[in-house]
Amino acid sequence: MNTTTRTLPRLAAVIAVSVLALTGCAPENAPVKTETVPAGEVVTIDDAWVKSADEGMSAAFGTLVNTGEDDVTVVSVASEASPMLELHETVENEAGEMVMREIEGGFVIPAGGKLALEPGANHIMMMDLTGPLAAGSDVTFTLTFADDSTYEFSAPVKDYSGANENYEGGEEHEGMDH
Amino acid sequence: MTAPAEGARSRRAGSTRRQFLLGGAVAGVGAVAAVGADIALNLPDTDPGPAVAPMNGDETVPFFGVHQAGIDTAAQAHGIFVGLDLHDDVDREALTRLLRILSDDAARLTQGLPALADSEPELALSPARLTVTFGFGPGLVQRAEGVAPPWLAPLPAFGVDRLRPEFSDGDLLLQIAGDDPLTVAHATRMLLKDARGFASIRWTQQGFRRAYGTERPGTTMRNLFGQVDGTTNPEPGTADFDRVVWTDRGWLAGGTGAVIRRIRMDLDKWDRLDRSGRDASVGRTLSNGAPLTGSEEFDEPDFDATTAIGFPVIPPFAHIRRARGEGRERIFRRAYNYDERPAGGDVSESGLIFVSFQADIERQFVPMQRRLDELDLLNEWTVPIGSAVFAIPPGCAEGGFVGDTLLT
Repeated sequence: MNTTTRTLPRLAAVIAVSVLALTGCAPENAPVKTETVPAGEVVTIDDAWVKSADEGMSAAFGTLVNTGEDDVTVVSVASEASPMLELHETVENEAGEMVMREIEGGFVIPAGGKLALEPGANHIMMMDLTGPLAAGSDVTFTLTFADDSTYEFSAPVKDYSGANENYEGGEEHEGMDH
Repeated sequence: MTAPAEGARSRRAGSTRRQFLLGGAVAGVGAVAAVGADIALNLPDTDPGPAVAPMNGDETVPFFGVHQAGIDTAAQAHGIFVGLDLHDDVDREALTRLLRILSDDAARLTQGLPALADSEPELALSPARLTVTFGFGPGLVQRAEGVAPPWLAPLPAFGVDRLRPEFSDGDLLLQIAGDDPLTVAHATRMLLKDARGFASIRWTQQGFRRAYGTERPGTTMRNLFGQVDGTTNPEPGTADFDRVVWTDRGWLAGGTGAVIRRIRMDLDKWDRLDRSGRDASVGRTLSNGAPLTGSEEFDEPDFDATTAIGFPVIPPFAHIRRARGEGRERIFRRAYNYDERPAGGDVSESGLIFVSFQADIERQFVPMQRRLDELDLLNEWTVPIGSAVFAIPPGCAEGGFVGDTLLT
């Protein structure tokens, strides 16, 4: 059910490499890499899904896979289903409760590794749904990486009764049904 | 299949995910190939020892294909049948969403992978030949704004019927079958969680056959009367089976029709019947299912044979004589037994979940059932208490969903 497409600044990268090669002015301490593959070209998501919701908040999950040789960082995410999205982590607060909050610096997917986005852990938080997310429909997301490359994927919506973490700064003990 | 040697078994004890995936991937190739590959991957430097049978739990049945699985699949040990009623607001668009989700769940679970949003993913890892088969009742086809085959309707009323609404009809059928009851229960819950927003449960029927490995695969099942049940079935994989089962009509091409009837069996009354009476009621011996005119199960019955004093050897009221139809009147049976908690002072509440697949229910099943309704001595001990008819759509390709020929 997942369909994935990529929008990649590949041509730009190739040109940049060519220019460096021609002018020979690579930064002094940088290892001379023949090419740096854009993150959007080496990252995919497996088993993506979104929790259904009538309104308000929801969240998207899946396993981000980085097949590249460098760590990559997801710095932002966009979707027409919610004008405001955040990359969230779930951490223990001072009171010992597990709360979710926006992660500083984005999601890092290690080189040749994976990053699981799952209920109770890291996830893509949809802060303000533009309309109901009905089970069986698809939501399209665009991830933007630190190198400005992007990766687009779509994820099916599923009914799910978990993923009710508290939101840091939210009213005490009020579960945010996301 | 020989039992694995102890040493070999202990090597498999810590079965890894890779082994598991491999098992799934090569299930169709055969046990020998699977074992060979397994040993080659894991024990390159040691004596492979005696061949090891793959774990039963690792066995998979492909989900994608021309036909849905669970029809020509050798019947698994456990089967759950669920009849669902669609919510009033479910239209063609919502149906499409529902069937996409359920198909995706089934595609994953049958291959030993957790469904998306599976809260108990570990329970999905041993598929044990899990199959999920979807059937469409008349109400669903109407919601889909499709053209139903003429036979997609409740069966005509039969005199023997004592049908209860809680075991009859329904818009959507889920047949979930596998060789492991925990896997089947998990798959059922996963599918029902995803169906909950679109439909509610009308009825559930839980059935069983022999446990996995108890009998040689392909052995005709026995029901709780002790009868060999299903001897005349066409054999999957033959042109004969294809003719009996698969239809080529419109969106249903590659699919079939299913009749599911809950047949209560009065075991206490059956207990009062002696062995020769039991044999005569069916026209077969209980010992091996051979017709009363033969010695082996698959011997053709001789309906003209008479006894020394001129009576038919297979009595006029015998089940097999009454069921036997002309030419087209054949069906493929894939029944399950049920045995529930008895009510009141009874000690049994048992019977058969009669399941038959046939391309055209009106032409193949109904005439046979009419004859049995008129006369069949077995009616003395059996009562149909549930009945439902479904169109079983064809299978789907990867990227598609079951029902896409109706809904797209």
